[in-house]
Amino acid sequence: MIEAVGLTKRYGDKTAVYNLSFQVRPGAVTGFLGPNGSGKSTTMRMILGLDNPTSGQVTIGGYPYRKLPNAARQVGALLDAKAVHGGRTARNHLLSLAQLSGIPARRVDEVLGVVGLQDVASRRSNGFSLGMGQRLGIAAALLGDPQVLLFDEPVNGLDPEGILWVRNLMKMLAAEGRTVFVSSHLMSEMALTADHLIVIGRGQLLSDMSVRDFIAANSAGFARVRTPDTEPQQREKLSSALTEAGGHVLPEQDGALRVTGLPMPRISDIAHETDVRLWELSPHQASLEEAYMRMTQGAVDYRSTDDQKAGLMQPLPPGAQPPVPVPGQGQPGWYAPPPPQEGGQAFAMPDPYGGRQAPNPYMAPGAPGATPPNPYAQPAPAAPQPPAQPPQQAPQAASEAPAAPGTPPAAADPTKPEDVR
Amino acid sequence: MTAIQVIRSEWTKIRSVASTVWTLSLAVVVTIALGMLISALSRHDFDSMTPQDRLTFDPTFISFAGMSLGQLAMIVFGVLVVSNEYSSGMIRTSLAAVPQRGTFLASKLAVATALALVVGMATSFAAFFLGQAMLGPHRASLGDPGVLRAVFGGGLYMTLIAVFSMGVATMLRSPMLSLGILMPFFFLISNILGNVSATKKIGRFLPDQAGSKIMQVVSRPDDSTPYGPWGGLGIMVLWVLAALLGGYLLLRRRDA
Repeated sequence: MIEAVGLTKRYGDKTAVYNLSFQVRPGAVTGFLGPNGSGKSTTMRMILGLDNPTSGQVTIGGYPYRKLPNAARQVGALLDAKAVHGGRTARNHLLSLAQLSGIPARRVDEVLGVVGLQDVASRRSNGFSLGMGQRLGIAAALLGDPQVLLFDEPVNGLDPEGILWVRNLMKMLAAEGRTVFVSSHLMSEMALTADHLIVIGRGQLLSDMSVRDFIAANSAGFARVRTPDTEPQQREKLSSALTEAGGHVLPEQDGALRVTGLPMPRISDIAHETDVRLWELSPHQASLEEAYMRMTQGAVDYRSTDDQKAGLMQPLPPGAQPPVPVPGQGQPGWYAPPPPQEGGQAFAMPDPYGGRQAPNPYMAPGAPGATPPNPYAQPAPAAPQPPAQPPQQAPQAASEAPAAPGTPPAAADPTKPEDVR
Repeated sequence: MTAIQVIRSEWTKIRSVASTVWTLSLAVVVTIALGMLISALSRHDFDSMTPQDRLTFDPTFISFAGMSLGQLAMIVFGVLVVSNEYSSGMIRTSLAAVPQRGTFLASKLAVATALALVVGMATSFAAFFLGQAMLGPHRASLGDPGVLRAVFGGGLYMTLIAVFSMGVATMLRSPMLSLGILMPFFFLISNILGNVSATKKIGRFLPDQAGSKIMQVVSRPDDSTPYGPWGGLGIMVLWVLAALLGGYLLLRRRDA
């Protein structure tokens, strides 16, 4: 069992981890999720006693790591698969680690077999591929047959077969009653591997719950209803009728309505009764990936901005439109819609304001709305423009877009600890 | 118990990288070969020397002439033994396995020091005997007063240079930074400070200037050095201890 209490780490004036408290229990795979630079590796290093916390503490089985008796036999860790002297053979690398922990040398060949590196055991590790290096790192973690295992991004660089193997290995280790703590930035991978999720962003706890609860809390479905764009009064009419019937209606940027609290047949009936035509009535379910993205959206440190290519291009002649980028290609604040098998979404409509509706207890209200409108969040070119948005606005909005990542103000920071529970 | 484990592990580490063999064999070859060359040249030079120079002719010290260059290879060995761990990132794995950082560092340095001592002693004795063979009629013998001390001291000197480098590398962590400071310092700066009259008083307390005193058997009549051969080595040991202490304190406090 790993237990962190009020763990804080500052490097100069940069706070890498702030007031982090969590428990990692034995017998389960606990996923440790967060965007790049959110403090996952720093936390892992503090667990292993490599970095000293600025305040707070983290213990394994009740002991701080540095006081843990026979630490190397109790805790195995893969921190960085590249942390190997390239001139040393795989076997010698593991042998030195085994001797360091008082593990018999024959164990080295055992773990080499477990990770499938027995044929390259006497090759220097600087000739190893990323995946082979990762396997060597996992072998090092398994050497002491420890009860507590930490893996920092174990599937980096692995082929699909390797990813499946790691997934099964983690589950097997947990099933044997061990404590398995795996960091990743891939929600999809963790959804398949982990039993429990700890999500951090900007060094602060965003979520600490089982995967089942996470799915229940974050993948609430909704119906998207679209009335004819040409008749805005129909939209108002339907909106009030749905609200009257007990539904919760939220207008979307492109003129569609997001409806929760009413089953789809009921929505259809109400539309019929109020004599409103529908252009779209579709079921949607936020995927786990989407829920995670929404949760960490405000906590992403390294976000790509739209490539303006202004440094390359001549100024556009007056009146000319900039080329319309393909929606969803590396734009800030955009994430892929759920795949059809999960959300049943027939049309690949971008979901610009994801999360406004879904009940997310970890999100400060209005935080996503604080982001200025994404210029690419307009309906696909086929759909008519809503009258409120003349097309001339597009270039202007595009120039505002790069400012978006910095915009969520500190006050509405979704990583506020108050919002955690 | 832990110390024995770390020592076994460090021995595996040190023998399983090519840089160990390269740096140490370079130290041996350069020290001996250059010592022999200078000895051979001195033998031919002896006849044309002034009587005073002949009086202070020190065959033992001449056979160690290669050490000024050979010690650079020992510095590289000392730096790489420690900083390999940092540049590869192994230090995290090692310190996760042995959270007792003092034990880890002490055991690591013990293994590297022992190896440096064996190689240093062998080099010193080989350099002496082969150098004397080159000097022919002007040679000294191991039984002459002060000669055994000088040859033994030569081995200690090479070892201490390596250990000093390990201490510095523990403080600085980066191999490039460590070598970039140590190499020019020992090859140029220390020699300049020790031989320019203005800075001589301070320069002779530098580790290599003080330590190399032990390899001298015959001292110049105008020599005003305030310490003897063992005193000089003692000054060098103090430098080494300071470097090791600095390294230990930083390692203990620093994030790995």
